[in-house]
Amino acid sequence: MHELLAVIKKELQQLRRDKKVIPAMVLGPIIQLLALGYAANLDVLNVPLLLVDQDRSEASRDLVDRFLASGYFELVGTEDSPEGIDPWLLDSRAQLALVIGPEYGEKLATGRRPEVQVIADGTDSNSAGLGLGYASRILASVGMEIRQASLGAGRPALRAMPRIGTYDLVPRIWYNPDLKTRWFYVPAILAMVLLLVTMILPSVAVVREKEIGTLEQLIVTPLRPWQLILGKLMPFVAVGMVDLLVVTALAVFLFKVPLRGSLFLLIALSFLFILVTLGLGLLVSTLVRTQQQAMGFCVYLLMVPMIYLSGLIFPIENMPHGFQIATYIIPVRYYANILRGIFLRGSGIDVLWPDALVLLGMGVGVLGMAVLRFRKTLE
Amino acid sequence: MSPRKIWAVAWKELIQAARDPLSLAMLLGVPTMMLLLYGYALSFDVRHIRLAVQDLDKSAASRDLVTAFTNNEYFTEVADLPAGADLQRLTERRQAKAVLVIPEGTGDRLAEGRPAPIQLLVDGADANTASSVMGYAAAIVAAANTARTAEAGGRIELAPLAYEPRVWYNPELDSTHFLVPGLIGFILMLTAVLSTALSVVREKERGTMEQLRVTSLKPGELIVGKILPYLGISLTATGLILLAARYLFGVAVRGPYLDLFVATLIYLIGALAFGLLISSLVDSQAIAFQVGSLGSMLPAIFLSGFIFPIRSMPAVLQAITYVVPARYFNVVLRGVILKGAGLGVYLKDVLFLTIYATVMMTLAWIRLSRKEV
Repeated sequence: MHELLAVIKKELQQLRRDKKVIPAMVLGPIIQLLALGYAANLDVLNVPLLLVDQDRSEASRDLVDRFLASGYFELVGTEDSPEGIDPWLLDSRAQLALVIGPEYGEKLATGRRPEVQVIADGTDSNSAGLGLGYASRILASVGMEIRQASLGAGRPALRAMPRIGTYDLVPRIWYNPDLKTRWFYVPAILAMVLLLVTMILPSVAVVREKEIGTLEQLIVTPLRPWQLILGKLMPFVAVGMVDLLVVTALAVFLFKVPLRGSLFLLIALSFLFILVTLGLGLLVSTLVRTQQQAMGFCVYLLMVPMIYLSGLIFPIENMPHGFQIATYIIPVRYYANILRGIFLRGSGIDVLWPDALVLLGMGVGVLGMAVLRFRKTLE
Repeated sequence: MSPRKIWAVAWKELIQAARDPLSLAMLLGVPTMMLLLYGYALSFDVRHIRLAVQDLDKSAASRDLVTAFTNNEYFTEVADLPAGADLQRLTERRQAKAVLVIPEGTGDRLAEGRPAPIQLLVDGADANTASSVMGYAAAIVAAANTARTAEAGGRIELAPLAYEPRVWYNPELDSTHFLVPGLIGFILMLTAVLSTALSVVREKERGTMEQLRVTSLKPGELIVGKILPYLGISLTATGLILLAARYLFGVAVRGPYLDLFVATLIYLIGALAFGLLISSLVDSQAIAFQVGSLGSMLPAIFLSGFIFPIRSMPAVLQAITYVVPARYFNVVLRGVILKGAGLGVYLKDVLFLTIYATVMMTLAWIRLSRKEV
């Protein structure tokens, strides 16, 4: 125990002396959090709208007002004819163009179904899809009102029609009723921060001792291998836990993401994830020779693919089948489930146990393998 | 400036790059990996949504509706739930993304000509997917209603307005078309910054920087010599990415290639000079790597409109995006590649890219002219 404490103390001192590691450990996560929290937002508001109103009647102005009053659109300009739309969409000053034909009001009054064209710049497929969705909902509700008004006015042709029952879809959204995309992304930051602090940094720290040659000095001391490994890794676990709490606090208080499940469970299951990341970091340190290699290996061969193929940002369901299967070997996938389960769905261990079990298995396996390899290097 | 000296530096740099297999692998491997990931695996297009069905009515009408939901690529039925099933638990375990509940009496209500409420419960944890789910469901129900009306022999009551959506440039609304041009901007920024960021620091670490200093080399010659080989490599990479985009992902360049080349050249010079600047400020390759990858990757992913629309960001972040070159480059890339436009439309963006490149070059030149570097 005494020896173990000595190694931990040495490691902490080294961390403190290395002025560049501390900013990386503290600033890195905070910048990531702020970037993801504020910038990672697929919600679309204020779609820039170009208006081509060729009718200029009371009815067409009503329709335009409905678009603007919805809060989804922002009028950026007007053109007299559809030919003028091109330049607006080309340089992205407008994303959607609302084209109201010349006889809109008249056709509407006489029941001749005026056409309302909505032209979208499809470059940003996600925003375009959402914008068109808003437009179709507005037009549908305007259409409904017009029909009701004409029914009230007693147009005989419509009243005489047989009544036909229709389905009436009532959607209900669980866990995130306002559909804020931020709630999806912010918990993901925890996984990224832990990857940085408990996988990349310990890996680089171990390789540095190899590079400087101090690892040999440690080997000739009476330290046992497990004391050395534990002592080297413990400080990173501690920093990781502090980061975990800080990021969670910021997520809840700054970004107003709900933490519906238990904080204790979050911490406990994060430990399981840390077992895996420490194991991977240590494993990498036995495979490479220089710090730069360790960093390149960790960032590009582990962190980037794991983040992208874990469902943290891009949903796994949208991937092709082969990739979906590949995601099962990615530990972050299970941690992502745990994070979203605890934060958003308020899940307990009764739901999350399969994910926890996989992480535990992976953690024991990877860490065990890493320790074995590491001991071999020591000998 | 002497072309002979510049060439000597460039040649030396090229040999050095070729001899460092790890850096080379990183410069080539990372772009390839990103391209394959984004081209093949990553997408916002939601398909095959896991749908659980709770049909409490079990009438012909309810079965029709279930068929309408599952008879397409959007929804896949994963469970047929009995009455009293714990619906929330099902989504919590992620077995289903949405549950369609058809209440008892639906068939009767429809037969009586009354509206029949149908409930769709959606797991909103992934807000973006949930929006798509609701959109698809609304479209399916609307189509089913039209079909019912037609079948019942009733005159199809058309909406008083005819809504005609048109999508330009990317009619299928395929997210690959959106992501691939942005990916080019991101990959080029990352590899260009890293390559030069490491190159000067490497000389500092090895002590060869002093040797360069005592030669008659001027800072300008050093900078141009260091930038040229990586400019060549990056331009080659751009060509390869465009080929891959065309033949693997079906994203073809619709605009003039020359305009694309000019914009890429300006963007790359800015990025390479930014790398040199980092290189002149730090002392070790490890730090250069970290500063270089963070300084290029984070803004290029989050503040460039690559994935997340700039318009949806808070005002402060929107203001910051004006100094991120990838922001302008993405506009140009999407314009030339997807919209088939020429640079004439994007003069403002090209101007900003030029300003960025000039400022970075000047800063790098000032730093590298100092004796102590």
